[in-house]
Amino acid sequence: KQYYHNRKMSILEYNGAAVIAMAGKDCVGIASDNRLGIQYQTVAMDFKKVFKMNDTLFVGLAGLATDVQTLDQLLRFRMNLYELREERTMTPQVFTNLLSNILYEKRFGPYFAEPVVAGLDEKGSPYLATMDLIGAIETTKDFVVSGTCDGNLYGMCETLYKPDLGKEELFETLAQALLASVDRDALSGWGGVVHIITKEGVMSRELKGRQD
Amino acid sequence: MDTVFGVSYKGGVVIATDQVNARSILMYQQNLDKIAELSSHSAMGVSGPNCDLVNFSEYISKNLALYELSNDGMKLSTHAQANFCRGELAKALRKGPFQVNVILGGYDENVPNGGSLYIMDYLGSCHKVNYGAQGYASNFTLSIMDRDWEEGMNEEQAVKIVEHCIRELNMRFLLNQSNFIIKVVDKDGVRTVKADSDPSDN
Repeated sequence: KQYYHNRKMSILEYNGAAVIAMAGKDCVGIASDNRLGIQYQTVAMDFKKVFKMNDTLFVGLAGLATDVQTLDQLLRFRMNLYELREERTMTPQVFTNLLSNILYEKRFGPYFAEPVVAGLDEKGSPYLATMDLIGAIETTKDFVVSGTCDGNLYGMCETLYKPDLGKEELFETLAQALLASVDRDALSGWGGVVHIITKEGVMSRELKGRQD
Repeated sequence: MDTVFGVSYKGGVVIATDQVNARSILMYQQNLDKIAELSSHSAMGVSGPNCDLVNFSEYISKNLALYELSNDGMKLSTHAQANFCRGELAKALRKGPFQVNVILGGYDENVPNGGSLYIMDYLGSCHKVNYGAQGYASNFTLSIMDRDWEEGMNEEQAVKIVEHCIRELNMRFLLNQSNFIIKVVDKDGVRTVKADSDPSDN
């Protein structure tokens, strides 16, 4: 359909996204950009890719927008079902396994989304995980990234990250890492949103970035 | 090839499409109505091959009517209708996709500005917007809407933006789409504001 572009865009790059999550001292932060595009054209500047599952669990979904939306709905459904049956909140570890299972079920016709899970476990310590589009889990103690500029995000995180940051410092670190990364990526950006999760609550802030 | 775009305002939404029905080098008709009326207070501008356009819009509108009949007259909000549409597009994607890109607009009393507009592509991604356009037309019209749209506009101003977009398309778009149909959805329902060529003409 596009006359004037020659490089074949992968399905994971069709809509554009940047998602990042980091662990701090007794807190986690998760952030995403705001862009929704169709290949090189920008359709909306307020399409966030982080979804709250409960007060201590957020999931960020980067990839094809339709699958991001489907997964958000599926995850809320499965989580609600779990909580109704088990009469207890789902821990981040269980949630990650659930998500991995949902993705692997579609092994030969996958959801084109690469998620990032950020939350606080029952003891209040930070939990971070990421997986590929077919559900291969990787848990880390420092940071996880996903999206069209994941290379940029890895570089920024490796440089800026320090362990045991407080919530304000974590916010700054996440914000700077995200904004610097998306500024060098045509497919993500148009500002962003950061959520810092502590046992007291969630602090959410909009990021003002380059609107291009 | 189809031009579909919509603008929301305080009190409703305006949706406009071209009226061309063509394939390859042949023009079948110039008076096609591509804005399907989904329910009493919602409409959907659809772009894509005529078969999918008709099948998808009829499938959605009949299912919405069935919901009302089955649930004692309860109407679905525009948000719910858009979500239903999105779900059907997403379900069909991996089976036999509907190759339609739509702009769905509706009026609800309990929504702050009354009108809400949703843009959906054939893959099933759905997003609420103040204005939007599908197809090649988006390259011409989105910038105009970016500039002209304001919060709290009335119907007349919204229709003016639509007309501005149509003038731009007539001037700069390669394909000659001389006829446009414009529908408004507000508290009184769906009505045709302008149809350059009457769809009921045979």
